[in-house]
Amino acid sequence: MKVGIVVFPGTNRERDMVQALTLATGRAPKLVWHQEESVTGLDLVVLPGGFSFGDYLRSGAMAAHSPIMTAVRRFAEQGGYVLGVCNGFQILTEAQLLPGALLRNAGMRFLSQDCHLKVEGKENIFTHGWAKGDVFRAPLAHGDGNYTAAPEMLDRLEGEGRVAFRYCRDDGYIQHDDAQINLNGSARSIAGVLSENRRVCGMMPHPENLTDPALGGTDGMPLFKGIVESLST
Amino acid sequence: MSLKVDGDLARSFGLTDDEYGKVLAIMGRTPSLTELGIFSVMWSEHCSYKSSRMHLRTLPTKAPWVIHGPGENAGVIDIGDGLAAVFKMESHNHPSFIEPYQGAATGVGGILRDVFTMGARPVANLNALRFGSPKNADTRRVVDGVVRGIGGYGNCIGVPTVGGEVNFHPSFNGNPLVNAMTVGIAQKDRIFLSAAAGVGNPVVYVGSKTGRDGIHGATMSSAEFDEESSSKRPTVQVGDPFTEKLLVEACLELMATDAVISIQDMGAAGLTSSAVEMASKGEVGIDLDLDHVPQREANMLAYEMMLSESQERMLMVLRPDRTEVARKIFEKWELDFAIVGHLTDSGRITVRHNGRVEADIPLGPLADEAPVYDRPTVYEEPPALLTAPSDPAGIEGALRTLIASPDLASRAWIWNQYDSSVGGQTLKHPGAADAAIIRVEGTKRGLAMTTDCTPRYGQADPYVGGLQAVVEAWRNLTATGAKPLAMTDNLNFGSPENPRIMGQFVRVIKGLGDAGRALDFPIVSGNVSLYNETRSDTGLTTAIQPSPVIGGVGVLDDIATAVGMAMPEQGELLLIGETWGELGQSLWLREVCGREEGAPPRVDLAAEKRNGDFIREHIQKGVVAACHDVSDGGLLVAVAEMAMVSGVGCRLEANPSGVSPHAYWFGEDQARYVVATTQADHLLKAAEDAGVPVRRLGQIGGEQIHIPVGMQLDVKELRELNSAFFPDLMGEG
Repeated sequence: MKVGIVVFPGTNRERDMVQALTLATGRAPKLVWHQEESVTGLDLVVLPGGFSFGDYLRSGAMAAHSPIMTAVRRFAEQGGYVLGVCNGFQILTEAQLLPGALLRNAGMRFLSQDCHLKVEGKENIFTHGWAKGDVFRAPLAHGDGNYTAAPEMLDRLEGEGRVAFRYCRDDGYIQHDDAQINLNGSARSIAGVLSENRRVCGMMPHPENLTDPALGGTDGMPLFKGIVESLST
Repeated sequence: MSLKVDGDLARSFGLTDDEYGKVLAIMGRTPSLTELGIFSVMWSEHCSYKSSRMHLRTLPTKAPWVIHGPGENAGVIDIGDGLAAVFKMESHNHPSFIEPYQGAATGVGGILRDVFTMGARPVANLNALRFGSPKNADTRRVVDGVVRGIGGYGNCIGVPTVGGEVNFHPSFNGNPLVNAMTVGIAQKDRIFLSAAAGVGNPVVYVGSKTGRDGIHGATMSSAEFDEESSSKRPTVQVGDPFTEKLLVEACLELMATDAVISIQDMGAAGLTSSAVEMASKGEVGIDLDLDHVPQREANMLAYEMMLSESQERMLMVLRPDRTEVARKIFEKWELDFAIVGHLTDSGRITVRHNGRVEADIPLGPLADEAPVYDRPTVYEEPPALLTAPSDPAGIEGALRTLIASPDLASRAWIWNQYDSSVGGQTLKHPGAADAAIIRVEGTKRGLAMTTDCTPRYGQADPYVGGLQAVVEAWRNLTATGAKPLAMTDNLNFGSPENPRIMGQFVRVIKGLGDAGRALDFPIVSGNVSLYNETRSDTGLTTAIQPSPVIGGVGVLDDIATAVGMAMPEQGELLLIGETWGELGQSLWLREVCGREEGAPPRVDLAAEKRNGDFIREHIQKGVVAACHDVSDGGLLVAVAEMAMVSGVGCRLEANPSGVSPHAYWFGEDQARYVVATTQADHLLKAAEDAGVPVRRLGQIGGEQIHIPVGMQLDVKELRELNSAFFPDLMGEG
């Protein structure tokens, strides 16, 4: 399986992603500089976390216009698999490869803590490593993670099974208006969504930071193992 | 600007009449405005260490594992596997009061540059913060801005903020402390230094453009605060963490080539201090042509460019045949790259602008002959030991008060705004252990890091305050199983021109030195911040409590052996170390009785070493499940903290006879650790064999902390009490 991780100026979680993917696939992924114009030959493109271009405009807005994004868009249109985490998710929404937008956290402060996620999506490579309804722990670290979309779009995402993950309590309980559970105030507690063809996934928390047993747990590993298993069969 | 250069102008630049006389003697003529500016910043307290230098020389700085001690941008120690840890702490106190967000943010940016300048990738940030009384109307503004600023910079640049400490006290009302520490990792044979070499070699400027921000920032940091200080806002710089992220990556990419001969970041006093330091360390001359300096504003004067403290800039000397390689790297990262001068054999710094020589100063006298002062000292008699006060609150009442108090309340509100996981190596996040732990990428080794200081002890007895800051840092590293290797210090004091303050400074240095020598724990880098005082409009001056903050670094050969504070579901608690019940200067005395009195707890360096070495050995052997040192708040607070982290309670045994209950549970005797173990008998015997005082504390289990007489408190309730302070303070409760 060939994975490329896109690096924009200001990307800062590419090393974390390299580590997780190397553990999951047994080989180091390729780093792709944002000014490159092609992603051919890859099975999966990952947009990692960080502050692309400082996020001085809207988060992800500048990166969405980098040369590499033309190639990523073409790749996605042709059925390529794309995963965006944190800033990567923000970039995917800015590039309109995923619906909705990420607003400032409801509490107006940067949040860095563990959260719990409930697996909602099925029949896609990103949740393949879990069963629907599974709950797992993931660190999150963002200022703009408050997912929003028009009510009709939210209905559609839910109706079409395109909500990949929701914020929940450690026992799986979901409460949209409880700031202890839905930490950033996301619409309908949505933490991750899928594209119409289920081949593009964006999520705010960082499963890649919980993949090494030596560093406190492997809750995030099913994301990567599931992708590997799906793409190598 | 057509200012007349004379004694009045020199005074307004912070030079004394004597110092200005020395400038005239060195120059043999009236200096130009630019020259006067250069002298004034180089000879400011901030850059010259003129009041502290002779005392700092007495500190222990050597050990077989020390690669570079003080004098470089940061300290460098050998951590094994051919790798080095590079670290330093630095203050940004004055700017953080005037403009908390940018003051704190640029403090983080500055210390990061000190570390990656040496060729290290920054892997962790820590900090030590001191704020005024929570009751002070201004405290909320300062806390909010400082915390946002530290997070804003560190989160964006992608270096995890893994640890720190916070205290509140009225002495910091008008003068908070923001001390930021960065730890980096480098190949030990690829450390970059600042001494310039090679006459004729190009001097290259990279990073952000130069603007008019921060002019005379170093001078501002060398004066006390008064009601005019807010008018000094333009001297505070604005940080751009995105540009610094690009600068880190570009510099590390360049350093992987053979292009760099020497490199120095532009921190306090900007282009002036970087150029002067590089040239004088290398014993060469330097010729700068400011026409080539990338500029953000039009019509800047030489004086302004030389003194600007615009952020995210570096100066380098490159191999002439590699300048194009270097230029391409910086162009890739979209950063400015300009050849702004070259090295000479003149022994002088020559600054040209618009075809005119604006400054021409001999470097020897400027750098090495900067004034050094042996300031007068007055030593105050430390207070006597406190005669045991009676207990007004009972054990449970006191624990409730303490655990909710500003200095012991949960810091989660702060940590949760700092990204502590970016980089993918964090093992012990803030609050999980006595020290933060990160894995050294690509190895099974770990670095343990902590910041510590107890200003109230230093206020009562500066010598003990110095000792205690060191031993607490050493204990915190030890309590994770790490071997403490070295420290960085950040010495925050009032005005050195006050003999009483200078006396505090000298006694603290003696304490730091004695403790460092006894524990084989050298100081490899540091920073001095003086003039931390406020003058009110009535003319009354308040100095901060003396705050020698220690940043300690230790190493774990295998992170699998590390322990944190979380107790297992069952097992036994033991107390290592002797308890007399010293309540002088304790938080119990301050928070429960409203008194700040008595002598601080005694520090017995031999006991610290013996008890700590015992703890470390047994953590590494796997006999210890969790460990926490006993410090602020005493024994019961330490147990409560372990219970709150793990969500598990315990049944404690009663206090021994001979120590009254409140003195036993809340005394702050040093050299103590609480240990959770499932092999208590084994550990008890080992301790007795080693001559280490040990005592059974109680059984782990249940949902309450239980003491035979006086207490039965739900851990859940403790957590609630503990977590209320910050949200309440910030109006977010």
